[in-house]
Amino acid sequence: MELLNKVNEKLKEHFHGDIESAELLYDYPVFTIQKDRIHDVLKFLKEDEELNFHFLTDLCGMQTADEKHLGVIYHLHNMPKNYRIRLKIFFDINKPEVATATDLWPAANWMERETYDFFGVKFKGHPNLKRILNVDEMDIFPLRKEYPLEDQGRTDKKDEMFGR
Amino acid sequence: MSKKETTYSVNQEVIEEKEYSTLNLGPTHPATHGIFQNVLKMDGEIIHSAVPTIGYIHRAFEKLAERRPYAQITPITDRLNYCSSPINNMGWYMTVEKLLGAKIPKRAEYHRVIIMELSRIADHIICNSVIGVDTGAMTGFLYIFQWREKIYEIFEEICGARLTTNIGRIGGFDQEWSKKTWDLIDTFLKEYPKGLKEFSNLLERNKIFMDRTVNCGPISAEMALSYSFVGPNLRAAGVDYDVRVMNPYSSYEDFTFTVPVGTQGDTYDRFMVRQHEMWQSLSIIEQAIKKMPEGPMHADLPDFFLPPKEQVYNNMEALIYHFKIVMGETDIPKGEVYHCVEGGNGELGFYLISDGGRTPFRLHFRRPCFIYYQAYPEMVKGIMLSDAILTMSSMNVIAGELDA
Repeated sequence: MELLNKVNEKLKEHFHGDIESAELLYDYPVFTIQKDRIHDVLKFLKEDEELNFHFLTDLCGMQTADEKHLGVIYHLHNMPKNYRIRLKIFFDINKPEVATATDLWPAANWMERETYDFFGVKFKGHPNLKRILNVDEMDIFPLRKEYPLEDQGRTDKKDEMFGR
Repeated sequence: MSKKETTYSVNQEVIEEKEYSTLNLGPTHPATHGIFQNVLKMDGEIIHSAVPTIGYIHRAFEKLAERRPYAQITPITDRLNYCSSPINNMGWYMTVEKLLGAKIPKRAEYHRVIIMELSRIADHIICNSVIGVDTGAMTGFLYIFQWREKIYEIFEEICGARLTTNIGRIGGFDQEWSKKTWDLIDTFLKEYPKGLKEFSNLLERNKIFMDRTVNCGPISAEMALSYSFVGPNLRAAGVDYDVRVMNPYSSYEDFTFTVPVGTQGDTYDRFMVRQHEMWQSLSIIEQAIKKMPEGPMHADLPDFFLPPKEQVYNNMEALIYHFKIVMGETDIPKGEVYHCVEGGNGELGFYLISDGGRTPFRLHFRRPCFIYYQAYPEMVKGIMLSDAILTMSSMNVIAGELDA
């Protein structure tokens, strides 16, 4: 809670109006940022002397439940003080363009490629944005909800028989 | 296959005309310990640049997880870092328990610590003995690998499986460990120090081994941090970050242990950090056995924990729970959590978003290998081919974790 307020105050001061929400989810401070400002926010959080989130723990994508928006989630970490926060951005699935974080952390390179591979998020300024785990010839983004895991044409496995 | 590059200088028009040869290292090469491909541009035996291709054993775990009930995701986590699958299992259970807000009894947590430290030893045995093999020292590998077998026998006694263990349950363990398990653990604790000492004597101060590994594939602390290194590889570079200390889980705060740290971040340091971690793991297991509290082996979570068989046959409620768990029909509360454990390779994270259904809405694995392997081209630039192979094995890149 303390960390949430601290980061929130700092962000409010510098990015007034770009912070869409700030909440505490299971002891993890979570901020939703306006999509176009994410690079500035990451840069600020990394370079701020007090907060100094110097370590990019994780970067991954997601799709919202209404299937119309995509999201990118950043987990940042300040090791000496053991601060951990999560940043989220959401944007329209038809215009999935986000600024890259590879200039701040080289580690973001493959994580962004993975996000592109599975969700089709285009990271602007990424040095080598192509598929990483799937084959290059693939023309879908498999983790999007519109691609169901099982063959939906099957008739022998009806969900209502299992109460779903 | 080769490409011409010309360099110009002020005095002469052309001083050198160099041809680089392209070498495919992998995807299936005995020296790469897994399915990795590296397209190397070679200047003689010196590596000019490397382009890794990954994804050869990609099995779509994150997509699979979106269709599976929570208990059935555990076998998927087995196949991430298959050298220490119990740590992955426990990490996943703890993630779900965090979401449920379950309180796990101390006894189960101590048992988990024992399992996790045993698998850490197994993981480090593989990595360190393979470093030996890649330097040409086959002997250490042959001697120390029998101890990994002993650890697998312990796992087999607890859960019936050896490599892909699926050990324990959400909420704790299904039953008390048998007497034979404890006997095996006791024998292991008594005899493994001898084996490890023997292995250390063979390699740690061995002139040939040191010549080969010191200053081989070094990485600085700043570089390691910017590439999000974790675990033994980061500690070898001189950063004392260990999840067990920074964010204690499963009662790790009850035990005293030191975190070994290197200075150079080279192959030798990575080897030594893992060596010392094995000693620390042994001491943690001994402490856990000594301090083992009394109590139940599992938390009170009827929705996730199979009831005893006698009750299933005689008690209506138990039968309902049994059916619901086996069919995977229990709903999980809404929420999102991130939980990380110190795996064999460092911070292994699980980012779970639940929409309240029977399966996760989104599950993302933070796989340490995947993130730090991208520094490999940078690390092998300008070193010899044989050193590059050594660097890769000392980073302990596991194909299963890399490709998910």
